Parts: sequence; C-alpha cells; structure tokens
Amino acid sequence: MSNALSFYIILIVAINILGCVALLYFTRKKKQSGEQGKTTGHVYDGIEEYDNPMPRWWLWMFYITIVFAIVYLILYPGLGKFKGVLGWTQISQYEEEVAEADAKYMPLFEKYAAMSVKDLQNEPEALQMGQSIFANTCFGCHGADGRGGIGFPNLTDDDWLYGGTPDDIMYSIMEGRKGAMPAWGSALGEEGVSQVVHYILSQNEVERTFKPNLVDEGKVKYEAMCAACHGKDLSGNTAMGAPNLKDTTWLHGGSISMIKDVIENGIQANMPAHDKILGKEKAHLVTAYVYSLSHSNDEQSKE
Amino acid sequence: MMSELKKDNYNYKVIRQFAVMSVVWGIVGMAVGVLIAAQLMFPALNFDTSWLSFGRLRPLHTNAVIFAFGGCVLMATSLHCVQRTSYARLISDKLAAFVFWGWQLVILLAAITLPMGYTSAKEYAELEWPIDILIAIVWVAYAVLFFGTIMKRKVSHIYVANWFFGAFIITIAVLHIVNSAALPIDWTSWKSYSAYSGAIDAMVQWWYGHNAVGFYLTAGFLGIMYYYVPKQAGRPIYSYRLSIVHFWALIAIYMWAGPHHLHYSSLPDWAQSLGMVFSLILLAPSWGGMINGIMTLSGAWHKLRTDPIIKFLIVSLSFYGMSTFEGPMMSIKTVNALSHNTDWTVGHVHAGALGWVAMVSIGALYAMIPSIFGKEKMHSISLINMHFWLSTIGVVLYIAAMWIAGVTQGLMWRATNSDGTLTYSFVQSLEATYPYYGIRLLGGIIFLAGMFVMAYNVMKTISGAKNADTRIPQPAH
Repeated sequence: MSNALSFYIILIVAINILGCVALLYFTRKKKQSGEQGKTTGHVYDGIEEYDNPMPRWWLWMFYITIVFAIVYLILYPGLGKFKGVLGWTQISQYEEEVAEADAKYMPLFEKYAAMSVKDLQNEPEALQMGQSIFANTCFGCHGADGRGGIGFPNLTDDDWLYGGTPDDIMYSIMEGRKGAMPAWGSALGEEGVSQVVHYILSQNEVERTFKPNLVDEGKVKYEAMCAACHGKDLSGNTAMGAPNLKDTTWLHGGSISMIKDVIENGIQANMPAHDKILGKEKAHLVTAYVYSLSHSNDEQSKE
Repeated sequence: MMSELKKDNYNYKVIRQFAVMSVVWGIVGMAVGVLIAAQLMFPALNFDTSWLSFGRLRPLHTNAVIFAFGGCVLMATSLHCVQRTSYARLISDKLAAFVFWGWQLVILLAAITLPMGYTSAKEYAELEWPIDILIAIVWVAYAVLFFGTIMKRKVSHIYVANWFFGAFIITIAVLHIVNSAALPIDWTSWKSYSAYSGAIDAMVQWWYGHNAVGFYLTAGFLGIMYYYVPKQAGRPIYSYRLSIVHFWALIAIYMWAGPHHLHYSSLPDWAQSLGMVFSLILLAPSWGGMINGIMTLSGAWHKLRTDPIIKFLIVSLSFYGMSTFEGPMMSIKTVNALSHNTDWTVGHVHAGALGWVAMVSIGALYAMIPSIFGKEKMHSISLINMHFWLSTIGVVLYIAAMWIAGVTQGLMWRATNSDGTLTYSFVQSLEATYPYYGIRLLGGIIFLAGMFVMAYNVMKTISGAKNADTRIPQPAH
C-alpha cells in the first residue's frame, strides 16, 4: 500500500468517526425544553415535529460504539498501513490455530503413521479417524459410503484401476491420478466404434450373442488401437490406470451407448492430489480406512 | 370547490398504479420464495426443468421481492409523500408514466431473463447489461421527478421523510451504475463480464450489496415510516433533533459496512476491520429511526387496540430494531466465523425483509390506498387485522426456524472429535436442518396467505372507486 493511499484511508476514517462525535456534541440538548411538547413550528401535510432531546441511553450507546471502534483500530489492522498494536493478521490467526491443533493431535496421528496399513486394520480408533476424514474430504466424489458413482470409482469392491496395495492407495491419495482415454471417434469411425464395442463385450464375463463379422472386425481394430493400454487379453493395466474390460465394473457406464461414447469422445479423469490438503499422516489413516472397505470381510472370514 | 385544473390537484394516477402493482408483485415474489423453500425440502419440485431450478428461481425471488414489490412500494409512497409534504403536483405526468411503465418493463425483462439463465452472477445485481442500462435510465427519470417536485415545494423546509427518500434515490443510482459496470462479450450478446476483477470485484459487489440493504431497504423504508407513522398515529414526530442526527450518521456510516460480507477472505485485513467497526457504530444511527417511530406513538398507544394499520407499522419497527441489532453482532469477526454461509444469514435477511420492509410497506399501503382511490377506509378492517396476525406468525416461524438451523449448521461444521477430525460430514448438517426447512416453508406459506387476504381486501376497496383527484391545499402557517 502506498503512503498516499494509507494516509487517505486514515483521513476519511478519522473524518467519519470524529464527524459523528462532532454531530452528537453539537446537537445534544441536555434538558427537555421548558414547555413540554414544544414543536419546531414546521407543519407538513398536518405532520408536526417535537423538539425533544435525543434519549440519553441512545447517546451513550453511540459513544460506546465509537470508543470501541477507536480501541479496535489501535489494536488491529484497519488504519491504512498501521498494523495494529497486537500485530494480528488473519493468516497468522490461521497458522496459530493450525500449529495449536498439530501440537495437540499430531502425537496420535504420528503413532498411527508409524504403523502399517495392515496393522491399522485392527485399530478401530484409527479406522474411525480415517472415516471421519473421508466423510468430509472424499465423500463429494466417492460417496459417503465409498461406493462412488458414474465416473467416480467404487472403493469397496476390491477392483482397482491403479492397484489396491496400501502403497498404491496412498499414492493415489497423495499424488492424485490422471486418467487419459483418448478419443477414437475420428480414427475408428462410427462403424469401427461399433465393431470394437462388440468385440469387447464378446470377451466380457457376461455372455451375450453377437454377429460374428462385427466381432471379428472389432478384434482386428482392438488389437491395433486398444491393446497397448488395455492389454491383448482385455485385463487392463494398473500401471497406467487402464481398466479391465472383461469384468462387470464399468466406471463410465456399461450400456452399449455409454461404452461407445467413451471410445468416441475419450475421457479425461482426474483424482486431485491431496498431499497439500491432508498431509501424509492423515492420508495414511484415509488409506487404512479405504483399504478396510474392501478387506474387512476377508479379515473376519479368516478369524 | 374542486378545481377542474389538473395542476391544482395531486397526481394520484401514478401512485394508484404503483400501489396496485405492489400487491401483485408482492404475491408473485413471495410465491416464488415459497416454491424455492419447498424445493429445498423436496428437490423434485424443480420438475427437472432448467428454468424451474433453484439456482435460477432464487435470484428471481430476490429481484421480485426487492425490486418489483419493494420498488413499486417505494415509488408509490415516495411520490405520494413528496407531493403531500411539498404541497405540489409532480413536475410531469408524462415523466411519471415513463417511470411507471419503464419500471414494469424492467420487472418483466427480469422475470424472463433470470429463469432463462442470463445472469451477471452478482447477488442482488444479477440482471444483465441491457436491463442494467434501462434501470439506470428509469432511475434517473425517477430522480428528476422526485427532486423536481421537491424544488417546487411551497414550504421552506424539506420534510424528513423526503431526506430519506432523496438519499435512497441518489445512492441507489450511484451504487447501481458503479457495480453494474461491465463489458459485454459482444454487442449482440446478453453476456458480459464485470469491469473489476478478483478481490476488488468482490469488494465493489458488497459495497453495492450492503448499501442496497442500507439505502434501499433501510433509508427508503424509513422514509415511508417518517410519513405514514405520524400520519396514521395523528401525532407529531418524537424528535426533530434525533431525525437529523440519525439521518446524517446513517448515510455516512452505512457506506463502510460492506466488507463485513467478506470476513476471512482475500480482502485485506484492514478493509475487513473497517467494515466491522463501522457496522458496530451503525447500531445507534439505525436505532434512531426505530426510537423516533415508536416514540411518535407514545400518547396514542390505545390506537394499537383498534387500528391494525398501526400494529403493522409498530411491529415492523420492532423487527427493524431487532435486525439492526443482529446485523452489527453478525459483523463481528468471531460471530461471523460461526454464522457465515449458514441459514442464520437467511433468517437475518428475512427478519429485515419480511418483518421490517414488507410489514411497513403493507401498513403504508393500507394507509394510503383508501385515500388515493377516494374511499374513507379499507373495505374490511378485520381482514387487515387477520393479515397482521398471518404476517406476524409467518415471520416469527420463519426467522426462529432459520436461527436454529443456522446455529446448528455453524456448530456442526466446526465440531471436532477428540482426535482432531471433524465430527460431522456436510450431509449430516443438512439432515439436521431438514425439519427447520419445513417450519420455514410453513412460515412462508402463512405470510403469503396474508398477501392474498390483502389482495382481496384491496380489490374490494378499489372496485367501483372513482379516481380521487385531491386538490392541493395551502400550507398551514
């Protein structure tokens, strides 16, 4: 802020506040005028005006708020460049509150951060903490129950685009993931897309009947254009997040028209990185919770 | 003897037009409010239709109640008051007709473009640039009409109600023109972008937004209070001195209060602090109007028993006092940290908008309508009484529900477990709010029902009325 602007701000604040004080001082009238109910003498459409003094309690209220304002502007920023005696800023308030919370809660987070995700499966308190964080940070896309929706992966089914080991999950949370399915509409043409869809569905677990020529044409095109990522056997590739096309999980919809749409127009998927939002200790707890969503049954059945 | 010459009479035609449209737009605006309150409970009520969706109807509701209902009331009452207290006819009948039809055109365009999704995305200034230009033209015409009539006055002083109306008219022109400055993407397109960017845009918007509250919904309606309360009570204004002080303090201090909408944001700390302290200083100037209104009635309290119009005026002043106390409290940073983004804000706005603005408007309309239509009194006094109770119960249900909902939301969002994680997810706070949305909807329906009672009563009063042209009397000296 320039000195001129700072001076201007201080000046107009002072004019306003002191102007109020002057207004009150010069218009105050201590006592009721001798004659009760004396009017100003003006009459407007039959309306007259008494010349009563302003209520004392009201004047005091006015003065008190002005005194408060002056004290506040000495203590806190407000008068241009003057930072205020307390040196308060909203950033420093935030940082102090975060530091305070870290001092109070970090030991617990660090205790769990030192344990492996698999060990945390037996720590109900840790899973509860992970769930609380998940419910406020992840629910918007993956749902309160972690089952996701169209375009947002289900985290409870043990079917993983980028791998389901604790390290894979932790990486997805901290660094995020970017899925890029290119658009093939212009390369394949409408008929080509249809052929590829039919080939893919012919290889799927769900059995259907197809016109053989469509499937055969589709196989040739699939192997030329799709197999590099999704694999010759359609089992996908977790290293690049290419989904398995043989199973019944269809992240972007499993109807023929929805699959066609993905092939034609492609998909740009984005799981945002949460390292800055959560930090590694909290992300570790979320990892443990997400891991538990698809493993709790195994643990129980083993027991 | 009635004069045949128009110039010897008041111009009541434009007042009759605005008064009737006040009732019509009041019903339309509040009905849209009831619909969107219902949508918050039952989202299926948007019928999967884009122009019935909450995001488009919400600005339609706010624009309809503020600028259509409130605007027609303000124009009716200010043009009534300025003629009566200046002992002068409006300077031009043609200009008056232009202001009326121009304003109705603005409302009509708003009612079409907002549901279509045309919006500048500035709260209470959503209308796009072609309508903004029309508003500016009509508003300047209104200002010429009002101040021209003041200049013709036959008394030396200007009555206090006209100071408030005058401050309202001038300031709204400045606010509207500055905040609506925008660059259209193309001269054939409705889409424009604000002339300001980032935090400056936000500050200009809330300088506008809060002064729309201060000068439109406060100063303008205080003008109504200063004319219709002493008129209806038959009592002199309590203190001329108080009216001078609180007028000047109010208009000087209100200008600063906008930043309290932007606490804990990218707005610099110093601007936030100034917004907060001036909002606190604003308490006394705001209450000056309430004191002057209520104390004007002292000595005539018995009228509260028999005159439901007085009840409307006095209860509106009570809600005014309550919400102008609540506002400064909510502007304190630590309180705002709890209340911001919750339904408490919605409740606060409606304590002012229904409790103060709508009720003082309704009282003034009931007081004015018989005289401008040449009738002794309204068709039914008991229906006014019924309307009074419907309004009061409706407002109380509405704001009590929103207080509880808002404080609940604020507390749930900040609640933490002993391990430092948040106790509740967002959707749990919505679940907790749900029953209060029901009570709010009920309050809104009851308030709207009162407006239908009013419409019936007004229709009965004015049907068969001869257009009353009242001769301008000589000022008393």
